Amino acid sequence: MTNSRLTRIALRLASGLTLVFLYVPILIVVIYAFNDSKNQSWDRLITSIAANGLSGTFSLHWFDVALKNEQVRESFILSIKAALGATAVALLLGSAAAFAVHRYRFFGRGAISFVVVLPIALPGIVTGMALNAAMNIGVTGFQVGPFHINGPQFGLATIIVGHATFCVVVVYNNVVARLRRLGRSLEEASMDLGADSWQTFRRITFPALATALFAGALLAFALSFDEIIVTTFTAGTEQTLPIWIFANFKLPNARPIVNVVALAMILLSVFPVYLSARLAGAESTGSVR
Amino acid sequence: MLGVLLAPPILWLVVVYLGSLAFLLVSSLWRLDPITTVIVRQPSLDNFKELLSPDKPYLRVAAHTAGIAAVVTLVDTILAFPLAFYMAKVASPRTRKVLFIAVTLPLWISYLVRVYSWRIILADAGFLNWVLRFFGLTGPGALGDIPISLVFSYIWLPFMILPVYAGLERIPGNLLEASADLGGRAGTTFRRIILPLALPGVVAGSIFTFSLTLGDYITPTLFSGDQFIGNVVYGHVGVSGNVPFAAAYATVPVAIMAVYLLLARRLGAFDAL
Repeated sequence: MTNSRLTRIALRLASGLTLVFLYVPILIVVIYAFNDSKNQSWDRLITSIAANGLSGTFSLHWFDVALKNEQVRESFILSIKAALGATAVALLLGSAAAFAVHRYRFFGRGAISFVVVLPIALPGIVTGMALNAAMNIGVTGFQVGPFHINGPQFGLATIIVGHATFCVVVVYNNVVARLRRLGRSLEEASMDLGADSWQTFRRITFPALATALFAGALLAFALSFDEIIVTTFTAGTEQTLPIWIFANFKLPNARPIVNVVALAMILLSVFPVYLSARLAGAESTGSVR
Repeated sequence: MLGVLLAPPILWLVVVYLGSLAFLLVSSLWRLDPITTVIVRQPSLDNFKELLSPDKPYLRVAAHTAGIAAVVTLVDTILAFPLAFYMAKVASPRTRKVLFIAVTLPLWISYLVRVYSWRIILADAGFLNWVLRFFGLTGPGALGDIPISLVFSYIWLPFMILPVYAGLERIPGNLLEASADLGGRAGTTFRRIILPLALPGVVAGSIFTFSLTLGDYITPTLFSGDQFIGNVVYGHVGVSGNVPFAAAYATVPVAIMAVYLLLARRLGAFDAL
């Protein structure tokens, strides 16, 4: 198979075309972000390059407009807050679950990794609807004996709850993988040398885990920052950045700003994922998605 | 210690999340009173009768969605195979690493941004028509079965490449050499050695392409004039507030996937994940 010259060339060509297919759309979004004109036609872009040159066609004009747009700024800040909140919760829950599974034997241990991956494996619309229904109970409140218990209103808190639910898995996977690779011998050595379990955790386990935790956190951040389907069910009337894009990209007037926001979203996911891959090895980013 | 570690994730994922799912499942047995628009909490199979009724569009919508999902799966398999094979069997370890990241990265780029890019590309005066004009062709437009299959194939493609790659990587190289030594031509080796051994990987990838297509509602609203399962579910939650029917209809993709997963397991797809 591989020693035939012709097949090799065909294989290279087909592989190259698939890569082109994967990256051309992303490249086009990047190009459009710098498009100076309101006109979104590719034909016009090409004619303009021919007539006015690159500097007459591309500019940072819409970056300026986007930065000054109140809605964009607010939804950007909301997205960052939600992603930070979801990452924090996912770090706590994911590493706790990873430690429990790695260190102990208990009933239902095998089911943990299944439950953790479920929110991301089920269609987003199912997860969204389920959480929405549960949150609705919290919003209206319910009676337990003499107490009326209220959950949070739809907003930042409910967005964080929704995002954290599907972000746990990336932290869990990263930490479990690292714990497995680490084994117990270093910790045992530390204990043998007279360190108590807190000292061992602080000076051996935690430093060894730090990059895995950080990698998991970056992935959780990227996952939360991009999410739209679960968010539409948990955000109420609030707008995260993806929801803002979805609400605006059909409006011709908003298109140039949407292009800039889209570029910002690309950068804000590529950068954390790149860092995470550097920290924890390329496998960490391929394990879940 | 175990209790302290286990309580928060269990509380969150089992009580809150699985609890919500169970609640959703139960509410699919309730129904919305069409006159008072109040949800009647009395278990009945009315919603399921309605969605299975041949007079209603729901079965047709499910069949159409599953059909598109099948097309997307096929297209992605064809697109994924050469690259996955190149990564697994031809590329140097260094190139392989780079390609692995190149394939994974788009998955982390906002789904919405990647869908949006196709709005730009498929527009009348967009990139695709500009390219095709050199060949005297015009594109498929921005609305219909072809554009939506194209966009779905694009956004789910990495989900197919990765498991196919993982499956191909496990085929020992000397098996291919042995086949060639015994006089097998490239085509024969492909058909009789590679394809059967790569099948679990393809099936594993198809789980993703299939399930993701069944559950999506954003892409269909943008690239198809037709209703998809996701649109129907979303419409019943948002517009009419008929959560019980939406919940009942959401069990359709889950049921299709359950059957699909059972079949996939028999084909050994879970070893390839």
